Amino acid sequence: MSAGTVLHIPHDGRPGADGPAGPDDGPARRLYWAVADCLTIVRRDLTHLVRQPVIIAWQLGFPVVSVVLFVYVFGSAMNVGGGVDYPTFAMPGIFAMTISFGFMNTAVAVVVDRDRGVTDRFRSLPMAPSAVVSGRGVSDLIGASVDLVALAVIAVIVGWRSHGSPAATLAAFGLLLLLRFALIWIGVYLGLLVPGQETAGGLYAVAMPFGMISSVFTPPSMMPDWLGAIALWNPVSSTAGAIRELFGNPATTGGSWVEQHAVLMAVLWPVALTAVFLPLAVRRFQRLSR
Amino acid sequence: MAVSMSGTERGTRRETGPAGRMPPEVAVLAEGLEKRYVDKRALDGLDLTVRRGTVHGLLGPNGAGKTTVVRILATLLRPDGGRAAVAGYEVTREPERVRARIGLAGQYAAVDGILTGRQNLEMFGRLFHLGARRSRARATELLEQFGLGDAAGKSVKGYSGGMRRRLDLAASLILAPEVLFLDEPTTGLDPRSRNEVWEAVRRLAAAGTTVLLTTQYLDEADRLADRISVIEHGRTIADGTPAALKRQVGGESLHVVLHDPADLPHAVRAVARVAADGVRPTADEADRRVGAPVTTGVAALTEVARTLQDAGVGVEDLGLRRPTLDEVFLRLTGRPAAGTGEEAAA
Repeated sequence: MSAGTVLHIPHDGRPGADGPAGPDDGPARRLYWAVADCLTIVRRDLTHLVRQPVIIAWQLGFPVVSVVLFVYVFGSAMNVGGGVDYPTFAMPGIFAMTISFGFMNTAVAVVVDRDRGVTDRFRSLPMAPSAVVSGRGVSDLIGASVDLVALAVIAVIVGWRSHGSPAATLAAFGLLLLLRFALIWIGVYLGLLVPGQETAGGLYAVAMPFGMISSVFTPPSMMPDWLGAIALWNPVSSTAGAIRELFGNPATTGGSWVEQHAVLMAVLWPVALTAVFLPLAVRRFQRLSR
Repeated sequence: MAVSMSGTERGTRRETGPAGRMPPEVAVLAEGLEKRYVDKRALDGLDLTVRRGTVHGLLGPNGAGKTTVVRILATLLRPDGGRAAVAGYEVTREPERVRARIGLAGQYAAVDGILTGRQNLEMFGRLFHLGARRSRARATELLEQFGLGDAAGKSVKGYSGGMRRRLDLAASLILAPEVLFLDEPTTGLDPRSRNEVWEAVRRLAAAGTTVLLTTQYLDEADRLADRISVIEHGRTIADGTPAALKRQVGGESLHVVLHDPADLPHAVRAVARVAADGVRPTADEADRRVGAPVTTGVAALTEVARTLQDAGVGVEDLGLRRPTLDEVFLRLTGRPAAGTGEEAAA
């Protein structure tokens, strides 16, 4: 408890004075620290997951229940036309729905850090400011990958198969993660927008229609016209359609342009969403200092 | 020391800004800080000078602007007007240099609730760019120093309020900051935890760290601070050492409590002889108490004691009392301190 140990590190010891550091170093070192700090945050977020495996269980809870409901409960009663086997139709939809709910996880994590002052502590450190958000994003992609692997295992157990080539199958999972990537920015934006943790729960009101007014469980052509139009243009529908195509699972497309170009749309939608919400999220983050 | 800068650093510094004018003995300088929110003026031309190596108290009621000042000085918030420099660097122009030289701990104990104490400190160490090995070593050191060695491997969820606050404080000290900001460091703590935090602040100050702490507790400012700035409505309304602030309200006062109310006239005469500038002593029959402001301190006390003893008057209590900061605060702001104000907006 001696006073000496408090000053163990000399006053003029700039952060990383003996390493590749310093706030005013060149772009290469800035990049180095942007990546290193990002990885430190990722490590922290993944430690959260390891210490609270129940979070993954919760995240997977709804999709798993959906599998049970749509394969075993409604499965035999559902008819999406064209003699399509419903469980095979629904399974890629459940993949897409699980991913579409992901923005909530991002938003809630952002709100919690903000409200508990953790974000402010990060902002008061001489770290790369971008790492606060990029670290969150990378961890969310890793978390989504874990979700997808777990869900795929369950899907295979209940009899679902990908009939596409290994490359096409991987591409399908790639498209799912691309959608998740776009949703990071929506999540960060919403997380910084909502007033507090209590209101963050209300995001379910956004997540449910976003995930389900889509081609996930029912072809849009079987919905009332106005709702079908919304479902048709829902980014989740495009991803669901695209992965059905890549998995070689039945799609029952309604023949519209959007459905015919599902793979293209499954790339364009996330790119467009990122183009809109990434700047919005960054601006919102910078507004924390207003 | 940041102010004795190297050649390259000098080039980046504007000699006209507060950083350029900042004398080496000043650690924090704020001039005419302004911050407006939609519905209120949080800071209205606030000035502040904190000398290097001192503990400086920012005292004010809820909503006075204390937290806003700290957030601006810690680079979390941009001021709408005015300037501020910390450890030789302007907070708006070179926030990264400021961040490398400050520590921030506050009432919200901004540590990760799920990680363990050790994981928290190692993470912050890495983000201070200490590298993995030094972060580990520093974490061990700080955990030991703050009496958290036994709880190091436990999740912060299970920590008491005092332990969390100490961990928060430890996290703010990873780089041994030149300037440490403590925003209401003991709000909501029990007396024992409060003493622990006070003790830690005293040790830091003794080791040469400049500490700027906000508080709404007068006794906290009185016990810890070398100087105090009283803030209200976003302005500094008084500034000085605790003793000087107390002098502003008036000097010491002397009081006598008697055994027998019948002796009151005796006591009034005795006290009147030593009272300042012919002020008439106050006498309270119910409390058997006589009091008056004095300027001669202990001399007045001994004289009254002797006079009353010679007259055979039974004395229950006799003493000198300095004005409390409460009285200072009441005098300066026209309202009592702490606990009665509205909740802070910022």
